[in-house]
Amino acid sequence: MPDGDSLAGPLDPAPDAGWVAAGPRMGFFTDTSVCIGCKACEVACKEWNDVPASGFDLLGMSYDNTGALTANSWRHVAFVEQSPPTGHDTPGTRFLGMPGPRPPGRDTGVEERTDFRWLMMSDVCKHCTHAACLDVCPTGALFRTEFGSVVVQQDICNGCGYCIPACPYGVIDQRRGDGRAWKCTLCYDRLGAGLTPACAQACPTESIQYGPLDELRERAATRVAQLHARGVPQARLYGHDPNDGVGGDGAFFLLLDEPQVYGLPPDPVAATRDLPRMWRRAGLAALTMAAAAVAAFVGRSS
Amino acid sequence: MSRQPRVGDLFRRFRQRLDGPAPHDVPPAGPGRARPRGGEELRVPEAEFTSYYGRPILKPPVWRWDIPAYLFTGGLAAGSSLLAAGGQLTGRPALRRAGRVTALGAVTASAYLLIHDLGRPARFHHMLRVAKPTSPMSVGTWILSAYGPAAGLAAVAEVATWLPERGAAGRARRLLPPAGQVAGLAAAATAPALATYTGVLLATTAVPSWHGAYPHLPIIFAGSALASGAGVGLIAAPCGQVGPARRLALAGAALELYGARSVKTRLGLLSEPYTTGAAGRLLRAGRALTVAGVFGALVARRSRVLSGLSGAALLAASVATRFGIFHGGVASARDPKYTVVPQRERLRRRQADPD
Ligand code: SF4
Ligand code: SF4
Repeated sequence: MPDGDSLAGPLDPAPDAGWVAAGPRMGFFTDTSVCIGCKACEVACKEWNDVPASGFDLLGMSYDNTGALTANSWRHVAFVEQSPPTGHDTPGTRFLGMPGPRPPGRDTGVEERTDFRWLMMSDVCKHCTHAACLDVCPTGALFRTEFGSVVVQQDICNGCGYCIPACPYGVIDQRRGDGRAWKCTLCYDRLGAGLTPACAQACPTESIQYGPLDELRERAATRVAQLHARGVPQARLYGHDPNDGVGGDGAFFLLLDEPQVYGLPPDPVAATRDLPRMWRRAGLAALTMAAAAVAAFVGRSS
Repeated sequence: MSRQPRVGDLFRRFRQRLDGPAPHDVPPAGPGRARPRGGEELRVPEAEFTSYYGRPILKPPVWRWDIPAYLFTGGLAAGSSLLAAGGQLTGRPALRRAGRVTALGAVTASAYLLIHDLGRPARFHHMLRVAKPTSPMSVGTWILSAYGPAAGLAAVAEVATWLPERGAAGRARRLLPPAGQVAGLAAAATAPALATYTGVLLATTAVPSWHGAYPHLPIIFAGSALASGAGVGLIAAPCGQVGPARRLALAGAALELYGARSVKTRLGLLSEPYTTGAAGRLLRAGRALTVAGVFGALVARRSRVLSGLSGAALLAASVATRFGIFHGGVASARDPKYTVVPQRERLRRRQADPD
């Protein structure tokens, strides 16, 4: 049993995984306050990584026709339509009927019109410090790279599917017809060549920023302070805290509302954190079982 | 690639959900709050939550029926091996034989189910590349690898009496029974691990109602395994040897019922998926069958037919319970409510009382 420390709490994942002389941990900072929802990141990712087509359907919810991160969508741009607009954390998102033939409120007359705001956010694998997907993988297909990211080795994965319900963010997914698990690789091949991941390279507004995680965290703190000073009190960071349930994310976000509004879990925890306790409970049950069997046979003979 | 749905299908279904009567896991107003806004909130306030268009946050398990079926066959193998070892040590050959043969059958079925469920079945042996204590599935692979051959040898030893007495077969006839004794005990020694690790397997996921149930799942599975092993004994053994199976049934049923009751009542909101829908029906059926099986086993003093029926009821109960627990978890992953509400509550408590 590994000691509890390596299952929770802050740490630098690459050296922890045995890399000697690993460089700084690399990651993404996605600043949703400047995202314009152009989906260039989705397209660039598909192009570079040769991800099969998906999303050729209208979901009828906002302009998001990708729906979620899947085996065939490693970036997902969420569109949240909200009414009423800014000022406080709204109780929820609302369906404004877009996309429709005419802008919302056009047909209802002035009195019926409401203000609304749009939130867009490009979601991606979080490359967790304590990645549950990686820790539960029974084949060793998922591994930690020297950049601190989490990658599936497709020649090893046998499609057991354990990583999929293990991920607290619902990121990794099984590809139908292929059987294996797929997700964002943080463009492992590009990183090796000193390039920026395709999505960050393609983002026209620098909503997706790539770099050493320490640097990104500083930049993010500055940006939040700036937004607060400009009167956007809802701005907050998500996944930046090394003391959270997954030990902090390698890909973290600046959000303008509660995480669940964007389809993110409010307080994700890597289930592997509780492994020592869970094995202890199983051991107890196993002993009870053995004792019951013994008792059943040594009891009065019939 | 599988069949592509018609373009626009998702859109149409979404609009239907907005207009028509909403299923319980979809917010009637489309995105946003889970309950209709306006008017009185009839629900307890904490069930109110926001989500992204009512979509699940987690990916539900992609495991098909093979995995809950394996939960049953693995437990059946473990319970049968314990029954066989007991029969072996206390001189009850009918229990020993039935236990050993069932264990081999069940562990073979387990291996088939586990491989069949893989996305790439031909790569099943990749499981043997590593031994990872952080992966319950890897631990389980190694438990099965230790248990399987032992259970197999013990079962094969049962055919020794059919072998001719001369030549190579004769030697096997003499060597097999002692080897079978050792193997039978080895299988019984690993059996409790085989029956209970599956509790950790399910609990080490983000699936809310599985992870939340981690203290109880191994107990349920241990009880269910004992009860199914006892079921085999009740079906196979003559009335003179059935005593231990009856007591085993009682102990197993007690653990199974206690554990199932715990997940249905002690997890707060996360108990809900175990009491509603398919999971609720399966768990209720499991409870009824368990009670019937134990009752039958206790009153069937002299009747082999009644004993056998009770055994069958216990086996069916184990199947129902395993599928119930499985489906409860899947339902909890499909509805964002079970992800958001408990996590938000946890956050709120932490903010109210930092350390
Ligand atoms: S977000 Fe999910 S898939 Fe990505 S590293 Fe974390 S656990 Fe793994
Ligand atoms: S599906 Fe593949 S990557 Fe995921 S846990 Fe199984 S072997 Fe590992």
